[in-house]
Amino acid sequence: MILCKVLGPVIATEKHPAFARLKLLVVQPIDETGAPSGKSFLAVDRAVQSGEGDTVLVLREGTGIRQLFGLPKEAKLPIRSCIVGVVDAAVVG
Amino acid sequence: MYLGRVVGTVVAERKAEGLGAQKLLLVQPLDHLQKPSGGLEVAVDTVRAGPGDLVFLVGSREAALALEPSFVPVDAAVVGIVDRVAV
Repeated sequence: MILCKVLGPVIATEKHPAFARLKLLVVQPIDETGAPSGKSFLAVDRAVQSGEGDTVLVLREGTGIRQLFGLPKEAKLPIRSCIVGVVDAAVVG
Repeated sequence: MYLGRVVGTVVAERKAEGLGAQKLLLVQPLDHLQKPSGGLEVAVDTVRAGPGDLVFLVGSREAALALEPSFVPVDAAVVGIVDRVAV
């Protein structure tokens, strides 16, 4: 998983059924100082209710996400990144 | 997943089995400010997107999972048309 900052929501009416009722957010990977590190991307938030400005934990592995969603491993879920936690503190050293 | 702008379509007569019925789009990946990020990609369409549309895509293995019913050899799929990015 990686640490990211939530930049804000993406609103999309027309989407693949797998994304129905899921919150879609733009997230920016950050380093240990909170500075941006790498390209922003999109992640869904199914259960942790994160919002703009939050530091979050992002899982980027489809099989893990299918299991998180309670689906069998072979289920067809075209989702690759999911916010799995809101970070209260990340301490280096 | 990531944002992109549909810039065109791709037609290929000879292609791998499984790709046959799929509509292919030419997509410019974008960052959160909607600026180009990296090179053009060819993605399969699942939401009837067209040139000019702001979309979001899923890449890698999960792109194939966006398609029914059987395995399709793709590594990028357009899975939504974006109304607004509120960053």
